[in-house]
Amino acid sequence: MERAAVYDNELNLKATELRLGLPGADESEKQSSRNNKRSSAEMDDSRDKDEQESAPAPKAQVVGWPPVRSYRKNILHQKNESDLSGIFVKVSMDGAPYLRKIDLKVYINYQDLLKALENMFKCSIGVYSEREGYDGSEFAPTYEDKDGDWMLVGDVPWDMFITSCKRLRIMKGSEAKGLGCL
Amino acid sequence: MVYSFPEEVLEYVFAFLSSDKDRNAVSLVCKSWYEIERWCRRRVFIGNCYAVSPQIMIRRFPEVRAVKIKGKPHFADFNLVPERWGAYVYPWISAMARSYPWLEEIKLKRMVVTDESLELISKSFKNFKVLSLSSCEGFTTDGLSSIAANCRNLRELDLRESEVEDLSGHWLSHFPDNFTSLVSLNMSCLGSEVSFSALERLISRCPNLKTLWLNRAVPVEKLASLLRRAPQLVEFGTGACSTEIRTDIFSNLVEAFSGCKHLKSLSGFWDVVPAYLPAMYSVCSRITKLNLSYATVQSPDLVELISQCSNLKCLWVLDYIEDAGLKALSSYCKDLQELRVFPSDPYSAEPNVSLTEQGLVTVSAGCPKLQSVLYFCRQMSNAALIAIARNRPNLIRFRLCIIEPQAPDYLTLEPLDTGFGAIVEHCKELRRLSLSGLLTDRVFEYIGTHAKKLEMLSLAFAGDSDLGLHHVLSGCESLRKLEIRDCPFGDRALLANAAKLETMRSLWMSSCSVSYGACKLLGQKMPNLNVEVIDERGPPDSRPESISVEKLYVYRTVAGPRADKPDFVWTMDEDGALRFS
Repeated sequence: MERAAVYDNELNLKATELRLGLPGADESEKQSSRNNKRSSAEMDDSRDKDEQESAPAPKAQVVGWPPVRSYRKNILHQKNESDLSGIFVKVSMDGAPYLRKIDLKVYINYQDLLKALENMFKCSIGVYSEREGYDGSEFAPTYEDKDGDWMLVGDVPWDMFITSCKRLRIMKGSEAKGLGCL
Repeated sequence: MVYSFPEEVLEYVFAFLSSDKDRNAVSLVCKSWYEIERWCRRRVFIGNCYAVSPQIMIRRFPEVRAVKIKGKPHFADFNLVPERWGAYVYPWISAMARSYPWLEEIKLKRMVVTDESLELISKSFKNFKVLSLSSCEGFTTDGLSSIAANCRNLRELDLRESEVEDLSGHWLSHFPDNFTSLVSLNMSCLGSEVSFSALERLISRCPNLKTLWLNRAVPVEKLASLLRRAPQLVEFGTGACSTEIRTDIFSNLVEAFSGCKHLKSLSGFWDVVPAYLPAMYSVCSRITKLNLSYATVQSPDLVELISQCSNLKCLWVLDYIEDAGLKALSSYCKDLQELRVFPSDPYSAEPNVSLTEQGLVTVSAGCPKLQSVLYFCRQMSNAALIAIARNRPNLIRFRLCIIEPQAPDYLTLEPLDTGFGAIVEHCKELRRLSLSGLLTDRVFEYIGTHAKKLEMLSLAFAGDSDLGLHHVLSGCESLRKLEIRDCPFGDRALLANAAKLETMRSLWMSSCSVSYGACKLLGQKMPNLNVEVIDERGPPDSRPESISVEKLYVYRTVAGPRADKPDFVWTMDEDGALRFS
């Protein structure tokens, strides 16, 4: 059984090397992971952290530090693994013959998601605004949240959205008028 | 005129002595007391399996009923002891099988236990009652099948934190239908699902069952059925509680828990959906021990639960509790004696929760009975440590792990010497201490001066020179176990304090600056110590004597050098020559 603790996701061999010395002693191993900030759209509330696909800057892992028993590491690892698996939700569109299913984890922000939905359903959803919702668009994206309420996509921060969204429904613009003016 | 006190009377009196210290003292009074005592000693504790041999133990104490043996050094918990290092229990079992037919209890910690050993146990001791394997490894569920099938009078089976090769859950079904003596079962470390109906039937027919720690594979919807069959439970550990919440599951659980009028301790809660926690509210006021260290729930839900536990004495929790949760803990749980806060994400570079030194300071201020602390955090200050020391001079165990090695006081950027110095100065009854953060030799001066009752000290990435180690070895009168990693301690302090090592159980030093030459010298000077060099680079002889060894394990022993060493362990012998296993 592999006992060594290696938590590096990238193929950075030096960083995966187990050392008995202090982490960070070799400067070349430190990567600046904060430089790939994407250009933010108006609706983009996602934090830097979530924009990174991989783990934060890998430090050289010191064996046995911090002093956490393996069975405790495994518990959290399993939780993190379940974080890595997708958040699949059904998407229905008014008038479409069948539903689709998408993995919300694949998208980085609302812009990304809406673009994908537009492509998938060959419709135009338009631009979100806090005051008018998707007013003027042919279609408006809505979602059912954990409490069972139907909400307009775009109101809450992205992270909160992906954890509370249970299913999506792309409503006809005319029907959605009511949602946009609160 | 000489008359002797009847032996039977002395034996009767000695039977009231339970402490090993007292019995050892009694044995030293005179030869006849030594003889009487050794025949009536029923419990033996062996803190280091290599300090004495099974033969020596059996020769001196022929009528033992309960044995507790510890194997690997503590740092084995953190993968610092290589695989195949040792601590095999088989020689002990085989010797005891021949000499202790009435043995009832075997408790092991950090030992390698094989299925063969388990089978031998199950067949050799007719009145076997208690098997406790804490942090052990080397066996599979087949070994458990032997125990279940053959130990007709088994009361306790405790596998806590052991690494078991889980072949299947079938082992549990080996308890015979007429087996009813179970009092305690801890299978929390196992992965496989056991037959639920077998588990239900087992629980139903064991009316004395007081402790039941399930494994993760038992889902929350099955708990109610088990609890209804064992309302007399005192300690209960759930399985995973991740099933999506449903009203029927929830209400069954509420009802089942409300029937458990004797529950004092709760554990488990893997992946618990927070909505399940209120099901336990009815038992909270009686709960004295709560282990939420597998529960990845956030602070508000934790606080809701903890605020109901006014009698809580011991809490193990993840750092999701945050400073806010600890503040609540300090106001609701005035009886708190022990707190352990584990890191939810120990390897991330950034803090993922708002848990700082403040949480610990608050608890130290609000909980007057707090005596035992294990705390992982990412920042600490001397001011906080001083406050904690002043608030809680009754501390007995203080283990602090600041996750970044050599992290200074985050406010002043100074070393944390004065903070820990305050801890040892104020907490005069301190028995166990683990240090972390940026520390110079100064902290060891404080420890050597003040920590007179300290028995166990753990160090990592600390100190500047041999002076640090010298302070500890020369000053800490009660020191029994010292474990050190990655500290610049070397030959001088070790050799100057060689005699001290005979008064201790063991010394562990890894990634320090102790040369092979010094190890040889120590081995020569101290015939009652086993000075063992652990080095996976090959024979230390193949390198210059001045080169530091990878790891050093020194312990007192009456059993001579180990006969079962792997190829990366060398005993420094008296005559200076190396012995290979």
